[in-house]
Amino acid sequence: MTAKIAFDEVEVGTELPARSFPVTRATLVRYAGASGDFNPIHWNEKFAKEVGLPDVIAHGMFTMAEAIRVVTDWAGDPGAVVEYGVRFTKPVVVPNDETGALIEVSAKVAAKLDDNRVRVDLTAMSAGQKVLGMSRAVVRLA
Amino acid sequence: MALDQSFVGRTYPPTAPYEVGREKIREFAEAVGDANPAYTDTEAAKALGHPDVIAPPTFVFAITFKAAGEVIADPKLGLDYSRVVHGDQKFAYTRPVRAGDRLTVTSTIEAIKSLAGNDILDIRGEVHDEAGEHVVTAWTKLVARAAAEEA
Repeated sequence: MTAKIAFDEVEVGTELPARSFPVTRATLVRYAGASGDFNPIHWNEKFAKEVGLPDVIAHGMFTMAEAIRVVTDWAGDPGAVVEYGVRFTKPVVVPNDETGALIEVSAKVAAKLDDNRVRVDLTAMSAGQKVLGMSRAVVRLA
Repeated sequence: MALDQSFVGRTYPPTAPYEVGREKIREFAEAVGDANPAYTDTEAAKALGHPDVIAPPTFVFAITFKAAGEVIADPKLGLDYSRVVHGDQKFAYTRPVRAGDRLTVTSTIEAIKSLAGNDILDIRGEVHDEAGEHVVTAWTKLVARAAAEEA
């Protein structure tokens, strides 16, 4: 594991470069195929509404996969992630148009731990709502 | 319907090995739009100290959730899967998953709770490689929403 960020160079409060990730219906169909999660709430509007959702929603695991990219792109080596956990607080609603939805992710170093590890706290928003809560990664830096 | 509390602590037998293919990793990385070369370029992965291309951190969920499916489908547990939503997800890695891994999952029911009519199920999946070494542990919290809401 070879993170490109040195432990000594970061402080509590250091912000990671924020990113925005677009998601359309086509993104969800593709993710369904790659992940094997074919739950119709992620591609069938009629079904989603029948079970009480406002519209088709993104897979929670898709949002989780996007959010950690802020950390893996920063650290350089995705293998430097030693822990990653989230709570799915609100769904990412994806309308059937060209723009779809946007997942906005920001992150900062929340604690410096032993063994060159840091805890990074992530925030993921979509349409003004917090879509991930308790979102934390532990990363081993160089 | 409340879930059967006697299932807490129950461990299911390890799954048959899942072989991690490099093209499956590529397909997943492309589906999440992640162009990190560690997922697709063996030389780039080796430059980072990995023996082969590695998988994105959440890739392993497809494997652990399939294993959890056997727990969820156990009719004696009494979970109504049509009402289930994903509550929390956590991973703790000993090392990243990589191409060529043959992974088995051992699922354990860690907790069963009932809160405001919702059934909450915590499942832990321990993932090991062919040598029996630990790779990653996945914790999945599932919430079966109360049926009364939509009655």
